[in-house]
Amino acid sequence: MPGTSVHVQQLTKRFGATTALEDITFDVGKGELFGFIGPDGAGKTTLLRILTTLLLADTGRCTVEGFDVVKDYRRIRSISGYMPGKFSLYQDLTVEENLKFFATIFGTTISENYHLVREIYQQIEPFKNRKAGKLSGGMKQKLALSCAMIHKPDVLFLDEPTTGVDAVSRLEFWEMLQRLKAAGITILVSTPYMDEASQCDRVALMQNGRIMTISTPREVIRNYPLSLLSVKAGDIYQLLGELRKYPGVHSVYAFGQSAHVAFQKTKLDKDTLSGFLKKNNHAVVEIEPIEATIEDCFMELMNTPRE
Amino acid sequence: MSATIPNIITVKNLVKKFGSFVANDHLTFEVKKGEIFGFLGANGAGKTTAIKILCGLSYPTSGELSVAGFDIYTQREKVKRNIGYMSQRFSLYDDLTVFENIRFYGGIYGLRKKEINARSHLLMERLGFEAARDKLIRDIPLGWKQKLAFSVAILHNPKIVFLDEPTGGVDPITRRQFWDMIYEAAHDGITVFVTTHYMDEAEYCDRVSIMVDGKIAALDTPDNLKREFDAPSMNDVFIKLARA
Repeated sequence: MPGTSVHVQQLTKRFGATTALEDITFDVGKGELFGFIGPDGAGKTTLLRILTTLLLADTGRCTVEGFDVVKDYRRIRSISGYMPGKFSLYQDLTVEENLKFFATIFGTTISENYHLVREIYQQIEPFKNRKAGKLSGGMKQKLALSCAMIHKPDVLFLDEPTTGVDAVSRLEFWEMLQRLKAAGITILVSTPYMDEASQCDRVALMQNGRIMTISTPREVIRNYPLSLLSVKAGDIYQLLGELRKYPGVHSVYAFGQSAHVAFQKTKLDKDTLSGFLKKNNHAVVEIEPIEATIEDCFMELMNTPRE
Repeated sequence: MSATIPNIITVKNLVKKFGSFVANDHLTFEVKKGEIFGFLGANGAGKTTAIKILCGLSYPTSGELSVAGFDIYTQREKVKRNIGYMSQRFSLYDDLTVFENIRFYGGIYGLRKKEINARSHLLMERLGFEAARDKLIRDIPLGWKQKLAFSVAILHNPKIVFLDEPTGGVDPITRRQFWDMIYEAAHDGITVFVTTHYMDEAEYCDRVSIMVDGKIAALDTPDNLKREFDAPSMNDVFIKLARA
């Protein structure tokens, strides 16, 4: 890795009786696209707010580009771009006024860094005189990313940029992030969508304030401890119930029109399972061994007791 | 679904304009009783506008609409009494307890005190929430909140329940448990009208409509849509349609 961009060591944060973050430790390399994957309440927002110097941790140490989040918070603010989960631009300013405002407070101009935001901003430029509050969800997101980028930050922090965004806009947003990564920017991004993990160089799977695992998406999948069969049959709801009765099954989860059935590695037996279902009046359409998805891995980690 | 099952929602040529902007452009569709109907579309396609009209919260510009057997222009209060609604946020009051929320919503829908007590008892038992009865909503996990919000939305046995992105931000296990509850409600005869950005959830619907730019671009069973668009999953169907 060509040097560390973000360093986090034994970070803990409590809100009253709630532990928002517990003993969080990780590093993000320069130029890396790093994902925090987890549902609401996992601690993703709290973590990003600490890293962007907007919130103080209870214990632990964090640095961004070598600067300490407590001592050097001013330096960090000037070299970071931050896109909060909640739309936080000025709703009664126009698209262009918002971008100009952010450029100005960071001591730069739109024209100086236009090349950085061009590909994103061009898509909303036809609406540059529209008030930000009147934009659609997808356009707001593009404007927010443009505003976070206009001062040419070294590190970009994005808090759930794709939440509530449709499948097509999500895809386009990740294409934009890949281009920013190619330009050398370090990106830390959080998301509740498990399928977005594959877009990241490395991911931290988070739940209830803890990091359950940190790895490349490939490695997370390789470490899945079970064997999986994908079963397709007519009525998925009935099928799930039937499969859960099958002896030796570890877990059964619906995945679209298929059911993913997990076994301990040694107990995988496609033909016996097929026979069992046929005997119970299920016309099995398809049954095949498959590789785990990140979502399979996430659910298995949720079910694994803490050491 | 067979043709003998009655329609619970009928929409004919629904148009909704805001000034010169056409948010809903001649929508025509039916939803059958007991169906799980997926209402998908890109951001800004006009889903929320249509749902507001179906729930009796906003008037259409033109078109004929009947919801739960009532006319959307002249019988709005009856429509409201016969539907349930749950959105991703703001469904429950954070500073009321679990039981207080149930009592509040039961009261709004005109249930008697005895009925509310009986139903809330049953509901807690079913969800395994007995120990959380007197806990504040803000102190229970998000997954519990979503399950409770759904149960509260169908407490008054509505004919239709509208679910607006009910599983957003929910962990993957709870998301699946939530769909078990949806199936159960549909099995009990409640029609489910649901929006989601999770395309795997679109596969769980009996039929799915996909809106693009204010129009319904496709409407069929997930299997038929995948065949029609020669796509392996609903995600691919959606991307093909919305990017076209």
